Amino acid sequence: MKTSVCFYFQVHQPYRIKPDYSFFDMGMNRSFVDDKTNCEIINKVANQCYLPTNNILLELIKKYPSQIKICFSLSGIVIEQMKTHAPEALDSFQKLAHTGCVEFLAETYYHSLSSIFSHEEFSNQVMEHKKIIQNTFGQIPTIFRNTELIYSDLIAQHVHELGLKGIMIDGIDRVLKWRSPNFLYSPAKYPELFLILKNYRLSDDLAFRYPVVLKNHNRLLLDKLKQLALKGSEVIGLFMDYETFGEHHWKESGIIDYLKNLIESIVQSSTLSLASPSDVINCYQSHGALSIPDAISWADTERDLSAWYGNPMQNSATELLYSLEKAVKATHNFDLIRSWKLLTSSDHSYYTCLKNYSDGAVHNYFSPFNSPHEAFVAYSNAINFIKYNLSPN
Amino acid sequence: MKVLMFGWEFPPHISGGLGTACFGITTALATKNVNITFVIPKLTSTPTNASCHLIGAENIIPMNEKVIKSQIKHISKYIEVPSILTPYLNDVTYKERIEQETKESVFSFSGNYGGNLMEEVVRYSAVGKKLGAKKDFDIIHAHDWMTFLAGIEAKKASGKKLIVHVHSTEYDRSGNNPQQDIFNIEQLGMETADTVITVSERMKNLLNTKYGISNEKIHVVYNAVTKDDLSAIEPLWQFKKRPDEKFVTFLGRITMQKGPEYFIDACKIVADKLPNVRFIMAGSGDMAKKMILKMASLDLTSRFHFTGFLKPLEREHLFNLSDLYIMPSVSEPFGITPLEAIKHNVPVIVSHQSGIAEILEHAKKVDFWNVQELSSAMIDILTNDKVTRQMVENNRKCLDQIDWKHVADHIISIYHM
Repeated sequence: MKTSVCFYFQVHQPYRIKPDYSFFDMGMNRSFVDDKTNCEIINKVANQCYLPTNNILLELIKKYPSQIKICFSLSGIVIEQMKTHAPEALDSFQKLAHTGCVEFLAETYYHSLSSIFSHEEFSNQVMEHKKIIQNTFGQIPTIFRNTELIYSDLIAQHVHELGLKGIMIDGIDRVLKWRSPNFLYSPAKYPELFLILKNYRLSDDLAFRYPVVLKNHNRLLLDKLKQLALKGSEVIGLFMDYETFGEHHWKESGIIDYLKNLIESIVQSSTLSLASPSDVINCYQSHGALSIPDAISWADTERDLSAWYGNPMQNSATELLYSLEKAVKATHNFDLIRSWKLLTSSDHSYYTCLKNYSDGAVHNYFSPFNSPHEAFVAYSNAINFIKYNLSPN
Repeated sequence: MKVLMFGWEFPPHISGGLGTACFGITTALATKNVNITFVIPKLTSTPTNASCHLIGAENIIPMNEKVIKSQIKHISKYIEVPSILTPYLNDVTYKERIEQETKESVFSFSGNYGGNLMEEVVRYSAVGKKLGAKKDFDIIHAHDWMTFLAGIEAKKASGKKLIVHVHSTEYDRSGNNPQQDIFNIEQLGMETADTVITVSERMKNLLNTKYGISNEKIHVVYNAVTKDDLSAIEPLWQFKKRPDEKFVTFLGRITMQKGPEYFIDACKIVADKLPNVRFIMAGSGDMAKKMILKMASLDLTSRFHFTGFLKPLEREHLFNLSDLYIMPSVSEPFGITPLEAIKHNVPVIVSHQSGIAEILEHAKKVDFWNVQELSSAMIDILTNDKVTRQMVENNRKCLDQIDWKHVADHIISIYHM
């Protein structure tokens, strides 16, 4: 049997907060959503990445019907934003869905940290997301991917309760120890659930190190995949942000063509084939139980929660946000609940991270703010907007 | 009487008390028929093809002379000298500023500005030499250390009387850790001057003990506050403040000198005792990031807001909203902002370490470090309406006695000495 290569691309854009959202804005009941920037960014990313890369995939599917298998996860709010501001991009994702070669994953609608801070909200957001995927792409997702691949034993329990069959996680050394990331595993308590692992070395070669490692070595990644196949690997997970193609690395770098060639070479290879997450959990057995008590993720060098939760600003903002959950929901005020949910997107606390060096550079690349402190001020003003609206005028 | 005055920024570009004081003094003097040539360092957005050039030993200083806008029409001449000097610079912030300006500017600054703050101050002094040589004035009046060398040059060139006006010293700004070369210029300015004006008894004492300036030479002239009509701005304001909610405000540069950390510590104590109080820290400064982290660490996020630097109208709005104004300065030569708060009928707490404490008989005063006493005073004022009303009324009466016109009379009498 050929070794399965499982491509999973993350598609997400938050509703960004106005960088200068102030105490006065809060008091004057002004919206914190930066419509202008959000519209500009979704259009830019649609033009630079989603449309051209989707077109390449559509061409490949036409050329190799039934051999191309790709998997996407789109947050609920990126689907909304495409619907409003970039309908042609959403249309091209729908075309991909119609080919039957593309699987869509379940995740939290708002790309939130609710899996850590509110079990109830987590379930709500996963259900809400399931609905939008079904309505938009005509698929009912069965495999789950949490925000930034955050995962722990407790999250496995929540996902199991929701009746999902598999979870995408990062194949981190400190968790795997002697084990290889290129096989399926199961959570210790739920042997019927599958864990599909990211091979972070090869994924990051493409996502982060493309210009340095791959650009001038056309066959390097393919050769590495083939070597793993020879060693008996079963599933190699190549997981990354979809914006890698054309946005993080511009089209001129040749990365979209690189992806195209890589996919074609895999299809033509005698030892490798493409497979979707649903395919692999049907084809392979779990190679044992993984117990992961402390949360892991695919973010930063630490690959834990510290990208979003750890410094005093992140902690106090996040705790304040989730402390309002019950009161916000009790209002049954749609707009207020919706505003609260928009603030659960992990991106807001990501911008408030204080790490330095290379991880800090990545945080800054994504952030619309001049500093983590400014991000915090705007974010906490926005959270206080919610709180302010809970008290009578 | 004709005065050559080396001053600072005018509205609407005011970054702090020094600009406010210069504006108040100058406009009041002008209405008393004092003829002022007002010189300020200013970055202009147009290239420096100015109307006159001064060629010094190594310096070429262009200047823009122009007739003034209506609000300061009594000033006969207004001269802008291209310079990146602003109040409150030190070696580090000067470097940051010159880097920023060089980056943002459409035309090259290279060669036009001093490589460090001292070089720039020396370069600026050439303006004094040039203007001094014209001798068309009776007296020279220079505000704070960065203009002192220009004042000295003007005195040398003209032989006229020099008055230096000390609004703050290096001791106040650095927290008893003065930079020697700045201290030296301050001292030289005061020694060379015929008369020294400063803004409080506290400052007079400091100039005497730290700089060795004789008490006879120093005159205390307290600042005032502009009493414009505030009713016009009210209707624009739609901030929906909750009933029973009270706002406590800090407004000033977020620097060591202003004591922002004592404010936050006191707020924490108040927040734990009174549920309906919100705290606002308005302003910017080199300690802002540290203060944001401190506030978050104390978990005040649901009650505490940082507004950043406020424009004049926003300041007025904030004072309108405030129920209590705190100025916990570690070292405040004068401190005009409490007067602005009083103007808006806001009760104030100021530190004993501020000049304003000398004239605000009825304001609550605490030592800046005494966070317990500060928080108790805050709670008293926030919970006892009767006492607070009385305090506001008394402060108001005190404010009625304070006027830039009196300040101008006092300064003119010093000019005639």
